[in-house]
Amino acid sequence: MNDRRNSFLRRFLRHRMAVAGILILLVIIGMAASASIFYPQGPWKLVGRPLLWPGDNAKFPLGTDFLGRDLLAALLYGAQVSLFIGLAATLVATLLGTFVGATAGYFGGAVDRAMMGFTEVFQTIPPFVLAVVVVAAFQPTLTTIVVAISLVSWPPLARLVRAQFLQLMPAEFIQAAILMGMSDARIILTQLLPNAVTPIVVSGSLMIASAILLEAGLSFLGLGDPNAMSWGYIIASGREVLRTDWYITALPGLAVLAAVLAINLVGEGLNDALNPRSRNR
Amino acid sequence: MMLSLARFALRRLIQSIPILIGVVAMNFVVANMAPGDLADVLAGEAGAASPEFMADIRAKYGLDQPLIVRFGLYMWNMAQLDLGYSFRYGVPVTELLLDHLWPTFLLMLTAILMAFGAGVVLGVLAARMVNRWPDYLISVTALIAYATPVFWLGLMMVVVFSVNLGWLPSSGMEDISAGYTGLRRALDILVHMIMPATILSLYLTAFYVRLMRASMLEVSGQDFVTTARAKGLGENEIAYRHVLRNAILPMVTMLGLQIGAMLGGAVLVETVFAWPGLGRLAYTAVFQRDLNLLLGLLFICSVMVIVINIATEIAYRLIDPRIPLK
Repeated sequence: MNDRRNSFLRRFLRHRMAVAGILILLVIIGMAASASIFYPQGPWKLVGRPLLWPGDNAKFPLGTDFLGRDLLAALLYGAQVSLFIGLAATLVATLLGTFVGATAGYFGGAVDRAMMGFTEVFQTIPPFVLAVVVVAAFQPTLTTIVVAISLVSWPPLARLVRAQFLQLMPAEFIQAAILMGMSDARIILTQLLPNAVTPIVVSGSLMIASAILLEAGLSFLGLGDPNAMSWGYIIASGREVLRTDWYITALPGLAVLAAVLAINLVGEGLNDALNPRSRNR
Repeated sequence: MMLSLARFALRRLIQSIPILIGVVAMNFVVANMAPGDLADVLAGEAGAASPEFMADIRAKYGLDQPLIVRFGLYMWNMAQLDLGYSFRYGVPVTELLLDHLWPTFLLMLTAILMAFGAGVVLGVLAARMVNRWPDYLISVTALIAYATPVFWLGLMMVVVFSVNLGWLPSSGMEDISAGYTGLRRALDILVHMIMPATILSLYLTAFYVRLMRASMLEVSGQDFVTTARAKGLGENEIAYRHVLRNAILPMVTMLGLQIGAMLGGAVLVETVFAWPGLGRLAYTAVFQRDLNLLLGLLFICSVMVIVINIATEIAYRLIDPRIPLK
């Protein structure tokens, strides 16, 4: 076991891009963790002259926005929002997708057809548009945003889990478990799922990235939680002064780009480390 | 051939009806769960409509009836393409959607063609230069393209190309005050379309580059390519005449899979560039909390996904006659 983990680590670390991704990700986690240490008063406080450019005043290294709010404080708190939404939405979507995929793959027949029909409907509806409608129909809060994003993110995972299960079902150890009289839930949870965990982890890690992008898009349309300073909100608010003070829009966009890129790199590294056979594709 | 294709299209349309019913059910669920009753939602907002109109809607949708009857009535109205009324605009939703359909259609078609062209050229280039710097540059750019928020990139391009360089217009679809006609007008629309179409195509381009590169590398050792080389064809001719044909089918498949994501991208891109299409309509609907209009948009976008997927399946059969029309 120890040996296996070592070779996993070695394979992962050999992937230089994935290591770069981990480093960027650590910086972003550091940003989120240090927000309330450096700026205990929160990101909304008007602290200085409006529209100070980065470097104008040493007190505000990244400048201030058009109301005089500290941009660095806003970016640090934005990291919290993005990471929270990314993780929470991924968790919910993974549970939902795994549930649908597992029941469809395990029970087969009519259950499978019903579940896959359900999945197909969700794959037909354009994901971002559905998220917009769901958040707009209810109040935009962190909860509704997480629900909306997970609601549009689970279908690919359900298909993946189902495919894994269908592949595993004829295996002897599964047939033996069925003959032993193990309950369905126990077979799914203890026999099948552990063997499907690799693709779930890989696609889950990539899902965090797309959730962060979805959240940024929602906030940009004015569908962010009004009490959360998110990167998408800062981009949208900077739009008013885009022609003269474009740095307000540029900086949070770079933050989103860095976060999503880092997570994608880590996800690909995980994929290559966990599936050594697909490495040379 | 044409007749059997038409029959095939019709059959696929009929097969899509259950999915369409699922989409309508989804709309119904959202409309029912949103604060206020269905009449409020359909009227655009509570209080804006006259009591007679509200009573009219309540009767039409049978709001005093059990849930299943209400769903049936809702379905019946949707089937007649009666998507209700947008009070913010003061017109039926269906009319609004049809008015805003073609700018989005034009933008997406242009973006798809651009993605196809750029993807093929860059993919061939990357494969020909495999593991040399152009290949790495193209791969890294594709990686960044996946991670870039489209709306942010649009704003940054406005800063560079409209504000600083003054080369391209930053918003709208045409310069209405100039009153251009004919070819001059088409050119004006084209100029307005450069930035939004480029950005909308970015994501699909990144997919196509990877796909084309992989196809090139995969077939480069196969017999028919060796034969082509032996009979003296140049590398470019091999790439475009032989390899491209084999790569086109997965590209068409990819389009079907990505069209939903592209519609989502269109909402953001049209918002940034004030492009007067469905996406821009969605933004105003969000801004004014016009839920009924949003539900109509969701419906029409889903219909577009279904139609384009059937179109890609037909394209399959036209490209490769060996695929049976089943």
